[in-house]
Amino acid sequence: MRYSGLRVIKEALTGHKGWKPVWRDPEPQASYDYIIIGGGGHGLATAYYLAKTFGKKRIAVLEKGWIGGGNVGRNTTIIRSNYLLDGNEPFYEYSLKLWEGLEQELNYNAMVSQRGILNLIHTDAQRDAFTRRGNGMILNGADAEMLSVEQIRKRYPFLNFNDARFPIKGGLAQHRGGTVRHDAVAWGYARGADSLGVDIIQNCEVTGFRIENGACLGVETSRGFIGGGKVAACVAGSSSRLMSNANMRLPIESTVLQAFVSEGLKPILPGVITFGAGHFYCSQSDKGGLVFGGDPDSYNSYAQRGNLPVVEDVCESGMALIPALGRARLLRMWGGIMDMSMDGSPIIDRTDIAGLYFNGGWCYGGFKATPASGMCYAHLLATDTPHKVATAYRFDRFRRGFMIDEKGMGAQPNLH
Amino acid sequence: MIINHPLLGPRDAQEFTYLGDASLINRPDWQVQNAADAFYEYAYLRDNPAGLHRELWFHEIGDRSWLVVTRNTVTHEIINVEMAADVARSQGRSK
Repeated sequence: MRYSGLRVIKEALTGHKGWKPVWRDPEPQASYDYIIIGGGGHGLATAYYLAKTFGKKRIAVLEKGWIGGGNVGRNTTIIRSNYLLDGNEPFYEYSLKLWEGLEQELNYNAMVSQRGILNLIHTDAQRDAFTRRGNGMILNGADAEMLSVEQIRKRYPFLNFNDARFPIKGGLAQHRGGTVRHDAVAWGYARGADSLGVDIIQNCEVTGFRIENGACLGVETSRGFIGGGKVAACVAGSSSRLMSNANMRLPIESTVLQAFVSEGLKPILPGVITFGAGHFYCSQSDKGGLVFGGDPDSYNSYAQRGNLPVVEDVCESGMALIPALGRARLLRMWGGIMDMSMDGSPIIDRTDIAGLYFNGGWCYGGFKATPASGMCYAHLLATDTPHKVATAYRFDRFRRGFMIDEKGMGAQPNLH
Repeated sequence: MIINHPLLGPRDAQEFTYLGDASLINRPDWQVQNAADAFYEYAYLRDNPAGLHRELWFHEIGDRSWLVVTRNTVTHEIINVEMAADVARSQGRSK
């Protein structure tokens, strides 16, 4: 069933009786060629590209709850490719290019909105750092522009430009950045994958791996054993828990990141803005709510809820940047569990166990990576070689000393 | 969260900074044969359990002591708090 304007009009005139569920609810088969563990954005994208781009068959996505119920439904929906390092920037720029064609590719309205992202500058040193980063982005084919205070004032007149401690001195803009309707990403990939024959099996929790003679033969699940040619873990947030079943210890700690939505307001915030003197980022959803977040709670957690000190810290940063925020009421807040890796960058790689693959360590930047993560993981699964933009995302980079540490924090996951 | 400091009594977790898994106390011996492997595992690999977790907290704006806190990472409930120096000594370390 393809969507079109004509179809919407026809259904509107006939009481919307013609819409059908857009993916099946199949029983698990005894075995598959490819088993993807985790029905989030990355897992569903992996299944989609595996079937579409690489022409593979007999693929299953196993999800312990319902698809899109994890971090793809718990983020602040921002897309961007404003990274500095060579290991990262080509990957995220590739991802942004896939976002730009995503809705046509999937025939699904994911509300991709390239409203631009602006990183504000408050000190001379920060201007130097952001100029360097902008140049790094341009060298890798992304767009970047340094904006003056006057240019920013035109678009965001309500910012606190003359704050005594953190005056705004300029900003690094990426005009192709923006936001996407996050749930629609999961649904769009699920519909696309299902139409290509992928079995999406919900309420099917993987409880262990069947590993014999160093090879993974399949997975034990809450719905019985399922044999698999290649088994692909894709459960960022729960990676350590899942992989401990294969006796693997990962370079990852889990922390909780909180996000917030205000009550619906008239449009005031045209793009995504980030505060450079604290950790605060904000955009306005199409419904009118201000969507914002900041630092993660800095201790290990699997609780999907945070504590109040971080709420206070995020709101203080918000008030320092947008004093008018104080008049808006907070409507909702939630927490998602992040795979915080030891260098702040992800892992898409084989494991030492034959037939077992790993995708995780996305820290709190996984949403924007969804299309490229799916494509690169599918490439790895189909060809057993890394995609050319994901060659740096190897497990062994820690042992070999080739960290991709954007923030320069070292092996301190809660600070990335 | 309230951390029940062994010397100072209940203190708000905001007074502390968090380092990570308490296994960081057990720094490997740099002179052993497989020191490179041992330091790789020490620096980068974590159990990261869902459930009880022993972890290091530093009382930064208090008495600047290091504590080993046993905490449930699913509920945030704090089960036990010890002085990190006591834990290290009980393992035969001098400090």
